Amino acid sequence: MSILRLEDVVKTYGKHVAVDQVSFDIPKGIVFGMLGPNGAGKTSLIRIITTITKADSGQVWLDGQKLNSLHPEQIGYMPEERGLYKKMKVGDQLTYLTRLKGLSSAETKKELRYWFERFDIKDWWDKKIEELSKGMQQKVQFIATVLHKPKLLILDEPFSGLDPINTNLIKDEIKELNKNGTSIIFSTHQMESVEEMCEQIVLINKGKNVLEGKVTDVKEQFKENVFKIEFAGDLPSGLAATDAANSGFEINSANGHDLNIKVHEGGDSNEILRYLIHKGVHIRSFNEILPTINQIFIKKVGESNE
Amino acid sequence: MNKLGLIIQREYLTRVKKKSFILITLLSPLIFVALFTVPALLAIYAGKESKTIAVKDVSGVFVPPTDTTQEVQYELRSEPINDLKANYNNMGYDGVLHIPALPDSGEEAMEVYYFSEGQLSLGSKSSIERKIAKSVENHNIKRSGYDEDILNSFRPDVSLKEKELTKNEAGELIESDKQNSAGIATAIGFVSGFIIYIVLLIYGTMIMRSVMEEKTNRIVEVIISSVKPFQLMLGKIIGVSAVGLTQMFIWIGMTIALISVVGMFIPMETMAEAQQGPMQGGGPPPEMSAVMENLNVLKSQNWGYIIPVFLFYFIGGYFIYASLFAAVGSAMGDDLGESQPITFVAMAPIIIAIILISPVIENPTSPLATWMSIIPLFSPVLMPARLAFEPPLWELLTSMVVLAASALFFVWLAGRIYRVGILMYGKKVTLKELGKWLFYKE
Repeated sequence: MSILRLEDVVKTYGKHVAVDQVSFDIPKGIVFGMLGPNGAGKTSLIRIITTITKADSGQVWLDGQKLNSLHPEQIGYMPEERGLYKKMKVGDQLTYLTRLKGLSSAETKKELRYWFERFDIKDWWDKKIEELSKGMQQKVQFIATVLHKPKLLILDEPFSGLDPINTNLIKDEIKELNKNGTSIIFSTHQMESVEEMCEQIVLINKGKNVLEGKVTDVKEQFKENVFKIEFAGDLPSGLAATDAANSGFEINSANGHDLNIKVHEGGDSNEILRYLIHKGVHIRSFNEILPTINQIFIKKVGESNE
Repeated sequence: MNKLGLIIQREYLTRVKKKSFILITLLSPLIFVALFTVPALLAIYAGKESKTIAVKDVSGVFVPPTDTTQEVQYELRSEPINDLKANYNNMGYDGVLHIPALPDSGEEAMEVYYFSEGQLSLGSKSSIERKIAKSVENHNIKRSGYDEDILNSFRPDVSLKEKELTKNEAGELIESDKQNSAGIATAIGFVSGFIIYIVLLIYGTMIMRSVMEEKTNRIVEVIISSVKPFQLMLGKIIGVSAVGLTQMFIWIGMTIALISVVGMFIPMETMAEAQQGPMQGGGPPPEMSAVMENLNVLKSQNWGYIIPVFLFYFIGGYFIYASLFAAVGSAMGDDLGESQPITFVAMAPIIIAIILISPVIENPTSPLATWMSIIPLFSPVLMPARLAFEPPLWELLTSMVVLAASALFFVWLAGRIYRVGILMYGKKVTLKELGKWLFYKE
């Protein structure tokens, strides 16, 4: 069952095609990464999902239903550019934003109490936003996004401008929400956090879906069969690149006590071990080098820009 | 509560709770009433401090007025002028008035002297001058052998009274009860037109600033992920209009209350007299009857017709201009200066309207007046300006229908621009661009 499904979604602004036939599927209960360079069309997509705009063509389903005007109440959206009313008090502001999401006055109070206690910010209630530090404002913004218990949470660069302590705090909250069943879309440039948080990704470039899948599958797909071998002692003198080639792999480089070896297509990585042991190399470790999401991102975006 | 209601409530409460709003709302009527009553009070209490003057009348023509309520009291003394000058204080006088012998006939200027340590107010000075002039005039008339009554009958007092004619059921022209006055109608016209002009500008810019603030704050994106942009815009427009109406009702209520409180202490005639200014000194000022007549004309105006129609144009105009300003605000970035040409789109029509108000009032039945008060961008200012001149019913109805339809149209139009504008950043917006936004799909 998917929490969100996009099918051939198209959005144009005048002559500019912002979203071009994008389809993907987000299973319920996962953290989903939406990646892409600046201007790729991520924000346009998010605006369609949050019903801020409508797709010119194509379909969007939220939790099995075609997207409709009641769905915003089930979505929590934190835009990249944070915004709150500067002169409004924290309590009033959160109450207003939550009531706009359709919660009753009583429910809003209950949820507010919970979050104010959880973040230990009870004395902020009567403070104006402009009296808070930037980090504090971000916390308020986060609470505003999740107060109405959305099924789907869309976070656009949630860690930008946060110090490491607050980053971890928000990360933990996101994990906690996810554990309790909230599906999360994570739009970001910070690839390390993608590897840490996301199970599945989609890569958008120039309005198109250029890559999607589970993080582990994507990495598998882009691996180049390169292995790193750590050894003890000296390399035997007879170890030559030509020899290796005959055995279905080649040695890219040898640095200190590291070897970097690429297995040719159809080759078997076990051959490396067999060969090296035969040659009398003392192996300490043997690892496959998988590409980082960052490398895949750069490669894929580079390719589709050609 | 529905979401539009929540938005209206927030827009209303955040403004009404502001200290600046409370101050302006409560202080304005105080200042307004003070402006009208303080001079009156001053005049009344200053008037109570009457002066008593010793008069040494060498000419023998001065007749002291018998009225004891006057600001200046005169007492004829026969002592030599130098004794009076030396002892006026001990004798209980504020000063000494010396009227020398009358000049030979043919000489017009006459000099009279007032000796005192203190100074005369301008009012007292002119009052004394008039008293003496009147005495000398009476003396001269008698000396020339004319009868004063006959002489007065040579000075006619002409005043033009307009009588409006209306058709009765039988279609005959009869005199209506209403008293007409071009002056009063003009005044009502200008005041109505200007009130609408000022209120539309003030509240229009208030909405524009508020839209810009939400856009540059980026809060707008959070809100329109919960409600439609149109709801947000409409909520803002209605909320701010409620702020404006609240302020007006408080002003009207407080002004009436304050005036009646002040009125308990001052009899109405004294007030009207005082408004004419202390310059007049004693005696009812000659303009008094004109003021009373104007008041009567004002009272006889058809307020039951003017006020509701005025409010209709006020609300219609408000929706048109509030929408225009909201659309303009949505198209602007942080930089006000850069977007000046677009601001002008909203400002220009209302400025044209206020420029047209003069020719329209001067000639309220001209084709210019007729047509301009039907065009919905101008009619909220120009039609109320013509109301006291009673424009033909068909013109009024056409204008009202056009205004109502246009108000709806402008709200819709602004909504189209607003929904695109609030999400547009870092782009210098041209008029052409605005036009394109109208046709963007949602």
